Amino acid sequence: MSRVTTVIIGAGQAGLAMSYHLSKQSVDHVLLERGQVGNSWSNERWDSLRLLTPNWQSRLPGYHYIGEDPDDYRTMPETIAFLQRYAELTAPPLQTNTEVTAVLSHQDGYKVVTNQGIWTCKTVVLASGACNIATVPECSKNLSSDIFSITPLEYRNPEQLPDGGVMVVGASASGVQLANELRLTGRHVMLAVGEHVRVPRTYRGRDIKWWMDAAGFLDVGYDEVDDLTRVRNVPSLQLIGCPNRQTISLNSLQAIGVEIVGRLMGLDGSKAQFSGALANVCALADLKMNRLLAGIDEWVAEKGGDRAVGGPYRLRPTIVPDMPTLQCDLARNGIKTIVWATGYRPDYSWLNLPVVSPRGDLRHDGGVVTEVPGVYAMGLPFMRRRKSSLIDGVGDDAQVLSEHLRSFLDTRLAAFG
Amino acid sequence: MHTEENKNGVNVQALLDARTALESAPEAADFTWKVQAEWLNGTHTRNTISGFHGLGQEQSRGKSFTLETDHPEVFAAEDNAATPVEMVLSGLAGCLTGGIASVAENRGIRLNSVKAEIEGDMNLYGILGVDPSVRNGFNAIRVRYTIDADASKDDIEALVAQSQKRSAVFDMITNPSNVFVTVE
Repeated sequence: MSRVTTVIIGAGQAGLAMSYHLSKQSVDHVLLERGQVGNSWSNERWDSLRLLTPNWQSRLPGYHYIGEDPDDYRTMPETIAFLQRYAELTAPPLQTNTEVTAVLSHQDGYKVVTNQGIWTCKTVVLASGACNIATVPECSKNLSSDIFSITPLEYRNPEQLPDGGVMVVGASASGVQLANELRLTGRHVMLAVGEHVRVPRTYRGRDIKWWMDAAGFLDVGYDEVDDLTRVRNVPSLQLIGCPNRQTISLNSLQAIGVEIVGRLMGLDGSKAQFSGALANVCALADLKMNRLLAGIDEWVAEKGGDRAVGGPYRLRPTIVPDMPTLQCDLARNGIKTIVWATGYRPDYSWLNLPVVSPRGDLRHDGGVVTEVPGVYAMGLPFMRRRKSSLIDGVGDDAQVLSEHLRSFLDTRLAAFG
Repeated sequence: MHTEENKNGVNVQALLDARTALESAPEAADFTWKVQAEWLNGTHTRNTISGFHGLGQEQSRGKSFTLETDHPEVFAAEDNAATPVEMVLSGLAGCLTGGIASVAENRGIRLNSVKAEIEGDMNLYGILGVDPSVRNGFNAIRVRYTIDADASKDDIEALVAQSQKRSAVFDMITNPSNVFVTVE
């Protein structure tokens, strides 16, 4: 059994940033990683994936991009190399190949059980990621065994799938990218579309992520929004990181022959039913996108007149089929595979603390798990700010939470004085 | 001085308070709506609506509403009342329009007038059993709103979109529901 003040679980961007700030706060800690640095980026992403943020926008504490292509998007090997280089430079107290199997309350702190031994500690930082498990809808269990079923966490490339058509369920970043990639191999692709967030890759000459950063949208705090549950569950932006900076949308997908249908509402063997609300989810997405663009236009008018190329414009509204398909026999229509791009959630199966809701969400106040003092989260959607789940967002959160953790330790020390 | 003004006659604060209260009492959010139906003659039926279950108990309105349904003369019926399918369209219109008023209230938008034309297309080959490939129900439903409000076109469109997103009847019509019909 080893003793340490703080255990950080997970050596991705969130754990590395927290380690950096805890070192600055002189808090002794260990950083436990089930695999190697950036494990999820190595083992749970498809081959063609690139980051959705430009290279310059992966700023970690004390570290940023200095290469020749600030506006390009990192491939997965580049992302892993970027994080590994950060780990080399910051030299955290890292224990790789160490899988946490339980976290329990223990005396006046916590016990972290791993396949490499047990640590006792006063504080724990959960930096194990927000996308450990692919969520699939309840109806997926009624799918005929003749149809191959896969989630984006397992998907690597089109060759992995049986020949034939594919239905992609979900039209957020993962779903639109996989529908695009699969359609470009010549397959018949259906895309089931629920609520989604449409944005152009570039607007008025700059990357949409540049605007969101510059205009402060990514810095909006969790205590500044009306409905925190809603913003924490907003689907990912329909974006793709391509060197040609292409915009991906339901329009671009339909232009290459992807068939769009409503949200998947029912499944019985190979018979699928889709919602008739497709037109409305598309209208909602178009309206929201236009509000975002209007917000950028306002910011340009007030503060950044020289930053935009050209004047305001709007994109073509989403084209909705005249009579979207409501029912489909997948087998008869040549669909051999379903890709469940229906979201992700964290895995807390090893967290033996009563702080996870029945839905599987960690209860926390801006990353402070208040019900169990000394436990902190990192890297969750809109945890402290809109950018909390981005590589670019973990630095600010780690700074604030490391200060909170430090003062928690100081208070406890004083109490035992 | 800014005063809190109730623009469209919807008590949004009460709805927001109810949402907060129900979040901490999930069982109170389970509602059951009830209608009693009785056949009169021909295709003429009378529906009586009074109580419902919600907030953890039976709720009585202290009054009842009557809605009758029948079919028009071209169906060789007596046309005593609207058809059930017109009731469904009315339900959709009522739900979406009430939703528009609520969302507008919440967003501080005053509505001057809200009108809608609702149409449902149906091919009778379905209910007459002429062609098994034709469904019984509507092939398509169109709702066309004309709204005069103190807001931009985009803001008005957003009201209508948000109302659909939160509408019970819109959901029931666009998505499948299990229906259990039994005989006592």
